Amino acid sequence: MTAFLNAQSLSVTLAGRVVLRDVSLALSAGHLVALVGPNGAGKTTLLRALAGLVPSEGAIHVGGDALSSLSLRERARRFAYLPQGHIVHWPLPARDIVALGRYPHGATDPARLTPRDTEAVQRAMQAADVTKFAARRVTELSGGERSRVALARVLAVEAPVILADEPTNSLDPRHQLDVMKTLRTAADQGRLVMVVTHDLGLAARFADTIVVLSEGRLVSLGAPADALSEQVMAEVFRISAFRAEFQREAVIVPWAEV
Amino acid sequence: MSLQNAIVTADIASRRRVSVMAGLVALVALLVLLSLGIGPVRLSPLAVIDALFGGGSDVAQVIVREIRLPRTILGFAIGAMLGLSGAALQGLLRNPLASPSLFGAPQSAAFGAVLVIALGLADVRSYALPVAAISAAFASVFALLAIAGRNAGLLILILAGLAISSLAGAATALVMNLSSNPFAVLEIAFWLLGSLEDRSFRHVVLALPFIAAGAIILMSRRHAFRALSLGEETAQSLGVDVGRLRLMVIAGVALGVGGGVAVSGTIGFIGLVAPHLMRPLIGHDPTRLLVPSALTGAALLLSADIAVRIIPSTSDIKVGVLTSIIGVPFFLYLIMRERRALAGGVT
Repeated sequence: MTAFLNAQSLSVTLAGRVVLRDVSLALSAGHLVALVGPNGAGKTTLLRALAGLVPSEGAIHVGGDALSSLSLRERARRFAYLPQGHIVHWPLPARDIVALGRYPHGATDPARLTPRDTEAVQRAMQAADVTKFAARRVTELSGGERSRVALARVLAVEAPVILADEPTNSLDPRHQLDVMKTLRTAADQGRLVMVVTHDLGLAARFADTIVVLSEGRLVSLGAPADALSEQVMAEVFRISAFRAEFQREAVIVPWAEV
Repeated sequence: MSLQNAIVTADIASRRRVSVMAGLVALVALLVLLSLGIGPVRLSPLAVIDALFGGGSDVAQVIVREIRLPRTILGFAIGAMLGLSGAALQGLLRNPLASPSLFGAPQSAAFGAVLVIALGLADVRSYALPVAAISAAFASVFALLAIAGRNAGLLILILAGLAISSLAGAATALVMNLSSNPFAVLEIAFWLLGSLEDRSFRHVVLALPFIAAGAIILMSRRHAFRALSLGEETAQSLGVDVGRLRLMVIAGVALGVGGGVAVSGTIGFIGLVAPHLMRPLIGHDPTRLLVPSALTGAALLLSADIAVRIIPSTSDIKVGVLTSIIGVPFFLYLIMRERRALAGGVT
């Protein structure tokens, strides 16, 4: 299978510090890729660089086109980006937030969506299970509900690539599973989903591929059990893990410091 | 079915916005008629309409069309531009305390204009005046946003705004201090208080093109403000060129505020107050707030300008003084409401 998203020798320097060093990746559509690594490994920077949100050296190709040749709007149609924290500065209704996912498609006014945009918004709200509080202001929602609204906004873009930065952060276990399942479904529908997470257990359970970053370098890439080998766990995370297999998925539970 | 509910709720909200807009338009129209009717010679709204369209006595026609109409047009345009600028800055910075006057834009524009007058480069009716005012306003807003950085909290914005308006005020005082022409100083001092008195069509021609250009620039980017609700990075990921948007908002605010200040002097706090009055009625959507805030700004300045003509006093009260007297307590109230954020809890 040819790669949908290709990065060659990607480097990012922020304020004089090299945050990402010579990272090369080739990722296929229909995969869920988990991006893991210790704090400060460059995970968020890699997502931002792939979406073209920070300047980088090296080459990025998406769907056969060089990222640098695409307009801002065309990039926005190909990459749906979910940042950390689910910030919303004004108390807008949830539906209007989700409708912002159609902004790259020219739907700038949530009160005047085309039938096509309306359908995309409805599909996204159903997939993220936020239809029942569509009219409520996001500021009135719980953390879990708000994170699902943010997820629906990203799904509404209907972009071939979804980049999600710690989407399960500060959610209870049930909501973590909900979010990961929704992203898994998006991948099964043919999109490339990249998820930054600190939860190695969720990563191993849901991802097809795990990418391990450490100090700005790509250390390991592969199926969960291979990418998170005992050696990588010890060298990169400085822990040992309980390892097993359950329902044909890898189970990795951080266990002790080494 | 809850999606149905959501659509129904959205429908109610949009009908409400339409009625609020209709109410605002009616209010502004009424204030325009009052503004044209009030002065040493009082005319009823019907007499005003009559005179406006060429009826009534010659005296009434001259009073309405030549003496009061320029003042009313400026009151409407400058008030609307201040309201629009406030709403645009609040949308850009996602910050309810953003406004031209708190950022020192009118004060800087006044400095630019004062400098031109004091240096004798131009008389008060030349285009050099608005150009200098606009340049100074642009520099001040640009400097403020550069100092505040990309994700400025309330506190940084207010402190930087305070510093810039103090600097502009001090620079203006210095120019007056050094000016050798006492008549120029007197003229500058009166004009700094902010007033729409005795303005002619020459002033309208001087200010209106710039105000219109500023308003068009701000309105052309209106939808980007909604995307910015999700933060600059997410807005960028949705295809908004945030760097370019900032420059355009700075340019739009500078053109509008600079153009206005060049003929009216500094009129403060309308840009801060107008969006706040509209939020309970229109909602918090920064894009939908733009036009209602502009109409509210127009209504506020027209009312203030009517009030200064009605309030009995030994000498004329300047409209800029009145807007500040009302605006500053409102600002204090907003600070009280945003206390938690200002204390550093939330930014």
